[in-house]
Amino acid sequence: MSEMTYRDAINLALKEEMRRDSSVVIYGEDVALYEGAFKVTRGLLSEFGEVRVRDCPISENTIVGVAVGAAMGGLRPIAELMTVNFALLAMDQIVNHMAKVRYMFGGQTQVPLVIRMPGGGGSQLGAQHSQSLESYFMHCPGMHIAYPATPADAKGLLKTAIRDNNPVVFLEHELLYNSKGEVPDDPEFLVPFGKAAILKEGNAVTLVGYGRMAILSRQAALELEKEGISCEVVDLRTLNPLDLETVIASIEKTGRAVVVEECWQSAGLGGDIASRIYGCCFDRLLAPVKRISGLDVPMPYSRKIEKLCIPQAEGIAQGVRDLLAQAY
Amino acid sequence: MEDSLKGVLPDEELLRFYEQMVLCREFEESCAEQYAKGEITGFLHLYSGQEAVAVGCTAGLEQKDYILSAYRDHAQAIVRGADPNRVMAELFGRATGICKGKGGSMHLFSPEHNFMGGYAIVGGQFPIAVGFAFASTVRSEDRVTVCFFGDGAMNQGTFHESLNWARLWNLPVLFICENNFYGIGTEVHRASAEAVLHRRTCGYDIPSEKVDGMDVIAMYQATKRAAAWVRERQRPYFIEAVTYRFRGHSMADPAKYRSSSEHEVWKSRDPIPNLARRLVAEGIAGEALLEEIHSRCVAQVQEAVRFASESPWPDDQEIWEDIYV
Repeated sequence: MSEMTYRDAINLALKEEMRRDSSVVIYGEDVALYEGAFKVTRGLLSEFGEVRVRDCPISENTIVGVAVGAAMGGLRPIAELMTVNFALLAMDQIVNHMAKVRYMFGGQTQVPLVIRMPGGGGSQLGAQHSQSLESYFMHCPGMHIAYPATPADAKGLLKTAIRDNNPVVFLEHELLYNSKGEVPDDPEFLVPFGKAAILKEGNAVTLVGYGRMAILSRQAALELEKEGISCEVVDLRTLNPLDLETVIASIEKTGRAVVVEECWQSAGLGGDIASRIYGCCFDRLLAPVKRISGLDVPMPYSRKIEKLCIPQAEGIAQGVRDLLAQAY
Repeated sequence: MEDSLKGVLPDEELLRFYEQMVLCREFEESCAEQYAKGEITGFLHLYSGQEAVAVGCTAGLEQKDYILSAYRDHAQAIVRGADPNRVMAELFGRATGICKGKGGSMHLFSPEHNFMGGYAIVGGQFPIAVGFAFASTVRSEDRVTVCFFGDGAMNQGTFHESLNWARLWNLPVLFICENNFYGIGTEVHRASAEAVLHRRTCGYDIPSEKVDGMDVIAMYQATKRAAAWVRERQRPYFIEAVTYRFRGHSMADPAKYRSSSEHEVWKSRDPIPNLARRLVAEGIAGEALLEEIHSRCVAQVQEAVRFASESPWPDDQEIWEDIYV
């Protein structure tokens, strides 16, 4: 084990997989010479050279399309979109091509690529650079979606993503890049897809989160523990495949669920998860499933009001208190 | 003044061009019949009139070269070697189809022939073709990737992004525009500020030329020359093949936006009878031989229809297969 940041854990995963497999290449806007807008690709160009580590033009739709073709042609490309917001320019290649070609060509091809997308809100970047678009991807079958919460998962999930023969949307939270944690040194350390993590055990309420929302849920749970409220925190790790089993098993124990999503509430993934919970364990629930979501507004710039739009640990804790205070 | 066919290629190659064009035409006209009968459903875009492009271009390539196309893709797949029986079965939506009945007319795919797909979002194949060329370059495979598209696709952002990218990374892509003058019902000059399409590549430092897409020999020669250039220099090149579709955009389109006089002019340039005339004039084939070829193609297409109609439908369970590896 070594202590490192989420950023360095991603960087280590990239280096290890590029050393292991010469078909792994990485490109994106400013990933090579500039070493990434968030400095995630530091040291890659010097170690692996300009054939495998390349800068490319600001052409997001083509960034994804080139990865689709390169993957079909035998490489394992990793494409970086500078932020998830720019994925909206690439939705044609993501939804109409990346997620479809294997199926519509009758299983005769595969698309082993990873698209890394830093995102999330909370840095006062305004309405166009603060979005959480995970529900957009989750709506479409044909791609895996990983969203690590911890440095260890950032390494282990990314390595699994690179070795996956399916296209993977790999979401990284910009506010987690500097977070630190213990990360296994083993170059074969892989975190499987579709296996949620229990970040904290508890027996009164189940908090379901992912990415930064899992971290904030854990903070809330630690705060509530001081008040004698025992929360179990489930970190989904991957949104597709979705480990509903672990979620349900936890709710079978606690009888209450709070789903925490950073995205907008309207048609957000929290509603989908809540409906699946109702379908699986309605009889066991002691209260309705609560959703804590990003507000349905374009993100304002000013930090005073921006933080009101994104779930915070205190807000999650208050949501749990409210849930427990209600009589059903 | 037409060049002599003799000396361009051996007689048997010229006859093969003829047979491939006739096969494509018969296949497409049969598709129209099967669509009218309700055996083929969904969107159906026929290639009749454009055969010289697929046949001439394919002959100018090596088998290892990749081909990607748009939704008007039957002829390009068949000329590349895809089994007409399995292509027809795909159109019929049967389990024996080339994509198990999951793709349909617009999404043919035959990796063993390096036909890497028909893509039905206009312009969607540009970046994917660039990606294939990138992969073959990194893997030192010495392939040219050919990207077919229509005149309408040149107004999509992906066209500009991909040409820029292919030149910037010096990738071996041969872009071939099949300019049939209409994006559905919108004529080229109503959609493109520069109506001389091949000129539009100058912004990306990609050389280009215009070729008579109704002349299979011209298409063959231009493609062979261009592919050799791309292979040697590892840089993209662009061909505008000027052609015409004899039918509407799809079966849903009666093509009322085109005048009958325009249609007649292009019918007189039909690549099939024109090649037949030259073959006879130069003594390469007699009428009897050409008729024999025609009969063989008709029989082959009849067999494809029989194969398709007798093939089983996909199992219901097939819905869930091939989404993930």
